[in-house]
Amino acid sequence: MDWILFALDYLFGAPILGLGTMVGFVWKALLLLVTLLIFTAYVLLADRKIWAAVQIRRGPNVVGAFGLLQSFADLLKFVFKEPLIPAGADKAVFLLAPLVTVLLALSAWAVVPVAEGWVLADINVGILYIFAISSLGVYGIIMGGWASNSKYPFLGALRSAAQMVSYEVSIGFVIITVLLCVGSLNLTQIVLAQRDMGLAHALGVPWLTFLNWFWLPLFPMFIVFFISALAETNRPPFDLPEAESELVAGFMVEYGSTPYMMFMLGEYVAIILMCALTTILFLGGWTSPIDLPPFTWIPGVVWFVLKLSAVFFMFAMVKAFVPRYRYDQLMRLGWKVFLPLSLFMVVAVAAILQLTGWGWHGGVA
Amino acid sequence: MTLPLFFFYLFSAIVVASAIMVISSRNPVHSVLFLILAFVNAAGIFMLAGAEFLALILIVVYVGAVAVLFLFVVMMLDVDFGELRKGILQYAPVGIVVGIILLLELLLVAGSAFLVPEAAGTGVLPIDRGVENTRALGQVLYTNYIYLFQACGLVLLVAMIGAIVLTLRHKPNVKRQDIAKQVARTKAGIEVVKVESGKGL
Repeated sequence: MDWILFALDYLFGAPILGLGTMVGFVWKALLLLVTLLIFTAYVLLADRKIWAAVQIRRGPNVVGAFGLLQSFADLLKFVFKEPLIPAGADKAVFLLAPLVTVLLALSAWAVVPVAEGWVLADINVGILYIFAISSLGVYGIIMGGWASNSKYPFLGALRSAAQMVSYEVSIGFVIITVLLCVGSLNLTQIVLAQRDMGLAHALGVPWLTFLNWFWLPLFPMFIVFFISALAETNRPPFDLPEAESELVAGFMVEYGSTPYMMFMLGEYVAIILMCALTTILFLGGWTSPIDLPPFTWIPGVVWFVLKLSAVFFMFAMVKAFVPRYRYDQLMRLGWKVFLPLSLFMVVAVAAILQLTGWGWHGGVA
Repeated sequence: MTLPLFFFYLFSAIVVASAIMVISSRNPVHSVLFLILAFVNAAGIFMLAGAEFLALILIVVYVGAVAVLFLFVVMMLDVDFGELRKGILQYAPVGIVVGIILLLELLLVAGSAFLVPEAAGTGVLPIDRGVENTRALGQVLYTNYIYLFQACGLVLLVAMIGAIVLTLRHKPNVKRQDIAKQVARTKAGIEVVKVESGKGL
């Protein structure tokens, strides 16, 4: 039974059992989880505030100063309400769907490096892991829509199945172009590549780190990734699975109280994950934009959160002022515009890297 | 028992149990959901074996795309299971024969290691432990097996084109949006008329 002690030791670390010097993996995971959930609460509030500001409203401003506690009030409200399950619903799948959504969204965060070395699992295939987890995200929606046993949720589920599969293709190609430049699937390596190589180094001004980041050389892919991320997370203008003007609330029609809250939470955590991924792939992760003293004093995690928030601000603004796509237009954009463009870019980037010998080769020559 | 071994038995047990549920559950959507559970746990076993790239590709391709389309189709089917079960005895002999052949083949593969131990592993390329999984796969696929790899791609391409040709239909009398035509429109031929209220044109 040694392995049980070994496992406990590995998970909780020395403080509890007084054994060995293993890392307290569970403590780190809990810290990340709690931070992420509180951050999500404020991202949700920011989303509503930005949306309100665009429409010249005040947004939530009653609970706490400037409405700062609104998300927590909403949380309590959802938790204390009675969960209703429709009589015709498939009970097990109906309750499993929101759980799947929220667990998948949270588990993807295990490999996200928020600063140098600040990552729960620094695995070699980190980006592939995130891609795999986000491709599973569609199941929560399909299961919820089907299990509700009602028309609007079912239509929402069908729409989302086609939509998320389509946009995953272009996201995959965007990731491949970045990987070609980096030569590694490790997220930490992707950030390090943007620090140690790139345009700024080529121009002889290595302290201008923000020129190094991939947004500049891979600018078209940055745009494609941003728009595909909107579609992948069902954000407006691609929120066809819930489309309140056509499908009431789409796959969430029959949900209320805690299960609804879990859908909502999963959706926002997935959105923040996509913002984090944009930051890591194109905006240099935790590196400071200018590699000189006043900027380098600020810790990497602050830069990471700042960049993530900037990307989220764009997400929120898009929600506020872009009208919803029609379904055939959505499919046209995904298959006839993004797919050929990203496919061409993969070939072009590969050819350029091969001919010039640029690229980072995973840190090894 | 070590921790990896414990997880191996856990994943294997879930794979086998969900595989049984795939064929025994009454609702086809439940069957597909159990199939997905089996895929995910199979990926877990790959992960334990150190094949992390294969594990995640299994999830991306099979769970993230193929099974979604499966589910998509199965959800829309209106299946009467009483009707389906009528023919079960008629098809059972064929099914049993196919099952036995597959089982024998699997046993032959697994048993070859015991029957002829010297032959086992001869076709296997040596593993360089210093090279990470993804890189090692790429180095083999794009050098030794490049022609076979490209041939697989061609087969898939032909299959894809075939599927499109079989299903694509341009129905007449259906309104279609022509984006290029819309964008190419100019103001020529359009007149802006200021209409006074209450008078009309």
